[in-house]
Amino acid sequence: MTTEGVPASETGAGDSLTLTLRLEGFEGPLDLLLHLIKREEIDIWNIPIAQITEQYLQYLQVMKDLNINLAGEWLVMAATLIYIKSRMLLPPDPAGAAQEELVEDPRTELVYQLLEHQKFKNAAQMLYTRQEVENAVWNNPPREVMEEAREVVAVTLFGLLRAFHEIVKRFEERPVLQVDQEEISIEEKIADIRRLLLVRDTILFSSFFTEAPAKQHLIATFLAILELVRLREIWLYQKANFQEIHISKGKPSGETA
Amino acid sequence: MDINELQPILEAIIYVAEDPVNPEQLKEIFPDESYETIETALRKLMDEFNSRPGGMVIREIAGGVRMTTRPEYHEHVRAYLKTKPGARLSMAALETLAVIAYRQPVTLAEILAIRGKKSSTALKTLLEKKLVAIVGRKHVVGRPILYGTSREFLVHFGLKDLSELPTLEEFAELAGEQH
Repeated sequence: MTTEGVPASETGAGDSLTLTLRLEGFEGPLDLLLHLIKREEIDIWNIPIAQITEQYLQYLQVMKDLNINLAGEWLVMAATLIYIKSRMLLPPDPAGAAQEELVEDPRTELVYQLLEHQKFKNAAQMLYTRQEVENAVWNNPPREVMEEAREVVAVTLFGLLRAFHEIVKRFEERPVLQVDQEEISIEEKIADIRRLLLVRDTILFSSFFTEAPAKQHLIATFLAILELVRLREIWLYQKANFQEIHISKGKPSGETA
Repeated sequence: MDINELQPILEAIIYVAEDPVNPEQLKEIFPDESYETIETALRKLMDEFNSRPGGMVIREIAGGVRMTTRPEYHEHVRAYLKTKPGARLSMAALETLAVIAYRQPVTLAEILAIRGKKSSTALKTLLEKKLVAIVGRKHVVGRPILYGTSREFLVHFGLKDLSELPTLEEFAELAGEQH
């Protein structure tokens, strides 16, 4: 048996390559039979078994030539087809001729298996379509937002003091650049923070202290933040204990310091 | 509580819910209301909400209700969210899933007989994605594992319940055309 026969009935070499790739992941012997039946426009209730068997075996040969490791089910189906073909070739049993209608067509079982398989292929197509629709809808709230909210930990006053202590320590360690002491009030700092929060929803706690010229500024900023928390204009949170403290506009969703 | 009072509250709850909201959960919130009242209010809410030509729709999924965007607006919503379509199941996995959905509870050997090829890889994927679950063991020699579809299956495919699936006979195109 040569392999030329198969690509000739397909459209070319490209097709047989597609075939090999798809066989690995998905297609089985029943899919090949359904493919042949559709391509040849065969009546499924009257399959020319000799013709189909020959084509099936040709495909098997092509796959062997392409070094595809054929799973056992391909050979089982080949054996089934050959068995049906031989049964069809047998002359009708003269003893059974009288009750001819009761003699079962050797193809029947295979036909029902093919029909059943086709139904499930169509059902899979329906699931595919439904999946496409579900991929095109969203429900509120988006999961990411929910997860972020769940991660947030309330900042305690002790956590806040600890963070402030770190900031002061870092401030005192840096080289001293003595500049004219500029008086700063808590009210001014509150106004500064409010202005920043007009354009941003969340600000890192530490970022308020980076450019302070003197320790008094740090203290004023710290007290301003405490005052805004008291006024419930801002709330403080962190992703986990001892992590960066964030300052957020508005009222807390849970407990805060 | 009057149905007209209940209705907007249900709408608010369905809006914030992450998973489909079922009548049992609503009954917990409204212990004094009967299931009949809750379900009447739900029905009325859905009728009214879904008859307006809005971008949202309330759908019945997995025994509950869920508010989602309408699928026809997916392009613009996706453009805003800057997301790509999620990972899809392969046709092999979908075919195996179809066999399980229509023949459940079913064993791996039975799936093999219907599909005419090995299906253990596809089944593994479906189990990992929790679309399929082990539902028991068959009372035959070797007591093979029985598989069935999960609640997540209903959610994933937007189904109210299994009866919403078309019957398998509706897929019999080859037989119908030629016999």
